[in-house]
Amino acid sequence: MGIMVQNINTKLMAALNSCGFFILCGLLCVLALFPSTVIAQYAYININDPLMRKIPVAIPFFKASTGHEQEVSLGKNAVDIMSSALDFTGYLSVLDKASFIENPSIKGITGADINYKNWTVIGADLLITGGIVEQNGAVRLELRLFDSFKESLLIGKVYTGHKEDIKSMVYRFCAEISLLLTGKMGVFGSKIAFVSTVKGNKEIFTCDFDGGNVSRLTNFNNITMSPAWSSDGNYIAFTSYAKGNPDLYIRDLRTNRDTVLSKKGLNITPAWIPGQFALAATLSFSGDQDIYIISGSGAVKSQLTKSMGIDLSPAFSPDGTQFAFVSKRSGNPQIYIGDTGSGSARRLTFQGNYNTSPAWSPDGDKIAYVGIVKNSINIYVIGVNGGGPTQLTSGQGDNEDPSWSPDGNLIAFSSTRQGASRIFVMTSTGSDQRPLFTFGGSQTDPTWSSAFGNK
Amino acid sequence: MGKKVVVKIMVMLFLSAMMLTVSCAKKSVETDPSAGIQQGSQDGLSAEEIARQKALEEERLREEALRNAIAAEKEKFEMEDIYFDFDSSELVPDARTLLKEKADFLTRNSGLTVTIEGHCDERGTTEYNLALGERRAMAAKRYLQDLGIAEFRLNTISYGEERPAIQGNDESAWSKNRRAHFVIR
Repeated sequence: MGIMVQNINTKLMAALNSCGFFILCGLLCVLALFPSTVIAQYAYININDPLMRKIPVAIPFFKASTGHEQEVSLGKNAVDIMSSALDFTGYLSVLDKASFIENPSIKGITGADINYKNWTVIGADLLITGGIVEQNGAVRLELRLFDSFKESLLIGKVYTGHKEDIKSMVYRFCAEISLLLTGKMGVFGSKIAFVSTVKGNKEIFTCDFDGGNVSRLTNFNNITMSPAWSSDGNYIAFTSYAKGNPDLYIRDLRTNRDTVLSKKGLNITPAWIPGQFALAATLSFSGDQDIYIISGSGAVKSQLTKSMGIDLSPAFSPDGTQFAFVSKRSGNPQIYIGDTGSGSARRLTFQGNYNTSPAWSPDGDKIAYVGIVKNSINIYVIGVNGGGPTQLTSGQGDNEDPSWSPDGNLIAFSSTRQGASRIFVMTSTGSDQRPLFTFGGSQTDPTWSSAFGNK
Repeated sequence: MGKKVVVKIMVMLFLSAMMLTVSCAKKSVETDPSAGIQQGSQDGLSAEEIARQKALEEERLREEALRNAIAAEKEKFEMEDIYFDFDSSELVPDARTLLKEKADFLTRNSGLTVTIEGHCDERGTTEYNLALGERRAMAAKRYLQDLGIAEFRLNTISYGEERPAIQGNDESAWSKNRRAHFVIR
């Protein structure tokens, strides 16, 4: 994508410039050094606070500079993309345009043009204005985020590129907003892989973070399940019975080629090691089900668990030094935490006698999992040190397969609350539970990618 | 000396050729016995020949009955699943009884190889159930091995909760889905 970005001067110029540079480089980890400066000044939100109030944001129509039809329609499209993306976050609520008093698309989009009282009076804490210029397919999108109470410009960006890039431009700006408000880049540009039935067979699909752009990945006409994204988003590993046995597939999304690991017995539950071209998976060729490290080219490297009995479903900590997994070594399935180097493990869950499907939070401090109590299947979150656990779903169907969004603010999961299993999304505290999309068949096993899309 | 040997060999060859012809003739009768009987009555064969053909027909019927019995046994072998408790791959007494019958069948039909499928009910998580299903299939396999069935005749595969025998989400359906299923290959 050939998108150019310029900053519009703000008080936070220095900090944002640094961030913008690193965003362009795609070095997400480096951002951790900067949010302190930003958040110190604008500590609006603690996304882990269950009592958090959603911040109301006004997104009036963008100003079309030349005003021709194509430009106006692109501008409307950009507003729609932005509104649904920001609404999706769970911590912003996009205000109804009917309440707006002022119209920046006519009056002007810079700070000097705005009468902030007209926005505070309708309850808009934040205001986003935009201007668009389109000429022969080339687009210039000028976006500003204002604090209407402080009457100040928080973020100002100018994106130039092709009109096909509008969605990416909008997502980048949303990521800037997320970074400013939460200290994290957010979900914009990330994807979700999931399993859906087609004519009774499970196949793997992908979609955008907000449920748009659903696309089918596999076509084996057999049981295919457990998708897992590599950190760079270039590979999806999964298990398929395509050749009769549950084999491990590693698909290169750039070439659509598969590398297959087909050991005798199970080749299941792949999980990529963060930042490496290697993954962990459960194999049972030895007669016992253990977790092994496997190279991205499909070679078995080493054995991670050695205990007799079922060991499966590895989920790595963000730095890869530890992994959560399910083991039956105590007599029923419980979550354990293992050391990637030594393989030594400790038991994490002690409540209930059926706890599976661990997912390690991007912040590194929590693990979401599935617990079954009295035939009721629900999602729980427990601290890595055993704090909690907190039950996030209850009383609404079976809830399984938790997967964290790359910013840790949301959890995707599957639920049968509406009958057939569907993919749902909720905040990390369990609020705002909503279906991601409606789609034929039944959907399970959502797996969120990293935020590679907005690098 | 030399001539005698040659003659002896020729006689033996002649005799064995005769025997071959006879056995061939027998075989052709066996493969189409009804035609033979008809022919017999029409051609006014000797009582001895009729009795011989009757015996052959009886033998054929016995063989058919045996084949039918084996087919029925095979069907029973494949129809009868062994069942497990929730989250368990332990063989309950009923399962052991049934496995003994299956081992007996496999001993009597030593040419057969079997795939043991491990299955689970829909409760629990998909991934864990793949592992549990495999343990169920392995438990059945080990028990049959203990009863003397060679390992190479026993394959296992787990389908987890992917292929339920019965649709439904109550214990009556679940209990029928927590099973090991046997398929003759």
